[in-house]
Amino acid sequence: MPTPETPAAQDSAAPSRGPAHPAGAPAPAGRRRGRRSAGARPSPALFVPACAAALLAVLPLLYLAVRALERGPAHAWDIVADERTAALLGRSLALTAAVVPACLVLGVSLAWLTVRTALPGARAWSVLVTLPLAVPSYVAAFAWLSAAPGLAGFTGAALALTLVSFPYVYLPVSAALRGTDPAQEEVSRSLGHGPLRTFLRVTLPQLRPAAAGGGLLVALYVLSDFGAVSLMRYDTFTRGIYTSYRASFDRTPAAALSAVLVIMTVALVAAESRTRGRARHSRTGRGTARPAAPAVLGRLRLPALAWCGTVVAVAVAFPLGTLGYWLAVGSSATWDPTTLTDTALTTLGVAAAGAALTTLLALPVGVIAARHRGRAAHLLEQAAYAGHALPGITVALSLVFFAVRYARPLYQELPLLVCAYAVLFLPVAVAATRAAVVQAPPVLEDVARSLGRSPLGALREVTVPLAAPGIAAGAALTFVVCMKELPATLLLRPTGMDTLATRLWTETGAGSFAAAAPYAAALILLAAVPSYLLGRHRT
Amino acid sequence: MTDLQITAVRKAYGAGTTVLDGLHLTVPGGSLAAVLGPSGCGKTTLLRIVAGFLRADAGSVTLGGRTLTAPGVHLPPERRRIGIVPQEGALFPHLSVARNVAFGLTGLDRAARRRRADEMLDLVGLSGYGNRMPHELSGGQQQRVALARALAPEPQLVLLDEPFNALDSALRAGVRADVRAALQATGATAVLVTHDQQEALSTADLVAVVRNGRVAQCAAPQDVYHRPADPWVAAFVGDAVIVSGTAAKDEATTPLGRVALAAPPSGLREGLVLLRPEQLRLTDAAADARGTVTDVRFYGHDAMVTVAVDGMDAPVDVRVPGPAPVRPGGRTGVRVTGEGTLHPVPHVRH
Repeated sequence: MPTPETPAAQDSAAPSRGPAHPAGAPAPAGRRRGRRSAGARPSPALFVPACAAALLAVLPLLYLAVRALERGPAHAWDIVADERTAALLGRSLALTAAVVPACLVLGVSLAWLTVRTALPGARAWSVLVTLPLAVPSYVAAFAWLSAAPGLAGFTGAALALTLVSFPYVYLPVSAALRGTDPAQEEVSRSLGHGPLRTFLRVTLPQLRPAAAGGGLLVALYVLSDFGAVSLMRYDTFTRGIYTSYRASFDRTPAAALSAVLVIMTVALVAAESRTRGRARHSRTGRGTARPAAPAVLGRLRLPALAWCGTVVAVAVAFPLGTLGYWLAVGSSATWDPTTLTDTALTTLGVAAAGAALTTLLALPVGVIAARHRGRAAHLLEQAAYAGHALPGITVALSLVFFAVRYARPLYQELPLLVCAYAVLFLPVAVAATRAAVVQAPPVLEDVARSLGRSPLGALREVTVPLAAPGIAAGAALTFVVCMKELPATLLLRPTGMDTLATRLWTETGAGSFAAAAPYAAALILLAAVPSYLLGRHRT
Repeated sequence: MTDLQITAVRKAYGAGTTVLDGLHLTVPGGSLAAVLGPSGCGKTTLLRIVAGFLRADAGSVTLGGRTLTAPGVHLPPERRRIGIVPQEGALFPHLSVARNVAFGLTGLDRAARRRRADEMLDLVGLSGYGNRMPHELSGGQQQRVALARALAPEPQLVLLDEPFNALDSALRAGVRADVRAALQATGATAVLVTHDQQEALSTADLVAVVRNGRVAQCAAPQDVYHRPADPWVAAFVGDAVIVSGTAAKDEATTPLGRVALAAPPSGLREGLVLLRPEQLRLTDAAADARGTVTDVRFYGHDAMVTVAVDGMDAPVDVRVPGPAPVRPGGRTGVRVTGEGTLHPVPHVRH
């Protein structure tokens, strides 16, 4: 089964960094030791490819700005100020406002129950409640829509998005709960505060950064989601951009809408990294000497179990069950095994190409981010993380614009799609590479240098072999997210090409659920393999 | 021979944080020098500049006549022929012990590399360990492999960066002796960076005490200990007894009686006389000074007795072999043996 430790193994819109990446980046071994002093400049052999990667990553952002303002700021402003835009904005914000609090309630309550109480089977529950991360939002939407078509619209979109994204709150909050020092709570009790007051005054404030970070990730996920909202026919920004792109030859509206969406997501990412910074400060020392004594639930035991059971049933068992049902009722009349196999192979192929390019581009950036300080290194890393803030639909759109204007032969060709994957998922691969390289002590490079190796030679013979497992894990993760990507694939795929995700989307959109089910099942199964390997690598 | 010559080396990180302030140091070829200093004195920065991992702001480093660092010159680390032994060894975890040792042996064929690696492992007393992986070795063994790896390409200089820090004290003396023997066997010039006074004094041929980015004193261990350049060095390299004194010829008059002076100062009459606690004796007869015992600390091989001497502001420490014959509160006489050194009263205390 897909592993719980891969929160970023998500469909297209999955944000890849942040507190919801608890097992992704093993704690850097000391900032001072991990990095080189400011004096050491990255070698050009690293710096030049890293710049190329960073440039590719920010290209969509730059091009979007150019394109949106092409017909003058007035034209763009007319579109932004249009009441349809306001309506889209209102719907996107309403959806976010519904999903984020729901995720906070689910995430924090489940985290507390599984980490700090004597809940029967706490370990099993803690695995089960992270499984929804492996369900792409459009698969969840498919499940609910096929069972209750009446849910289409706000309710269905909110439900599907909540049930796939609450683990983004659960994971950092449970990590924070595990990380808090029980001695602090004991001190509070010894100073005369009861259990409830202690929880409110000592425990909860320490969870706030983790919960806020998780909540922001959920908001980012909701704003950039395309699959669930489009299947649920709920017009948010992403769906508005898609329809406006499909409907009209004037692409400025789509670009202007994209620009507004990007501004919103960039603001969220900035806010998220700020809470993350504070969260780091609030944690005193890694790992506690001993775990906290679990709270006895008493009469609350049954309600607690019922709560966990309901969440797992609704978020995990229900989509799988629905899928099973449609697979069972389907027949060779509703789907063709040859097409399924072909689509699966195509999906594997493009995902492999995407993962390969992304990993290759991430390597120099990750090494520089891990080993060098200074403004240039910082800028490079930040640029590579641009994809973190860019919804798949906007990346696709900007690459379409760019290709049509400057690289016509690439338009609707595979390389463009692979580039989109690289832009979108560079953050995943850079974060993995950086974490892996930080783990390889720089003193080993020093030793290699003193034994006659050039800087690149030391990198090749010492650092890269040591970081290889982490880099490979990043590649596997990138492979999984490429496979699940929907909006960019929809816009950029060569004519006639289908991936499992686009096929699932088309069939579900047409209401042929039995025809869609095999593609969903194939996608989950294929994505589960690397996720499983990844989980084993980490444990 | 391959003398290491460090001349007027400066290094600052940003404005106002000068780490090395025109440091001079000469290490004769074939000798083992210890660079001793408190944390933050710049000793690690010095080591990284010599190894070529850092660029100096000014000054030069030459090794056996070759210029490694000078204004406008910066030889990259891989061309310096300087071996390094970092803290905790830093063995390549993905390579076997033999491949770790052979890592620097380029330009040799396979058989020659293996032969040389075996030779080096033999030198550090680890023959037969070649096929192990680093994590299968104890800390002391890792440290010795790190030394073998550094020595294998026959470097002109070996830099050891607090190499015994991570070892527990029982192991430390043994590894230290092994390292010293291996270095002597190869005849390599070596610089050991440490903040541990005992390690510096017991291992090195030459001790350079570094303070605030400069060498405060560079001399043989016994000279640094018995003839410290100033009271700060005296206190840094060991326990010191500092008393005021008035010099006359090769003798000083102090509250502890007359003290023979090691290097009679020219022109200096009033100053501070430095002694070591083991130069003081507790005695009842023939005492030059008397006082009250305020504290007794027992260390096993010896004991330290603190005595508030009548007529002195600060108490003095007396090291006595074995169990102390006195108790706190008792009266005792104090007598000085051996020679002391006279220093001017410092205006600014470090």
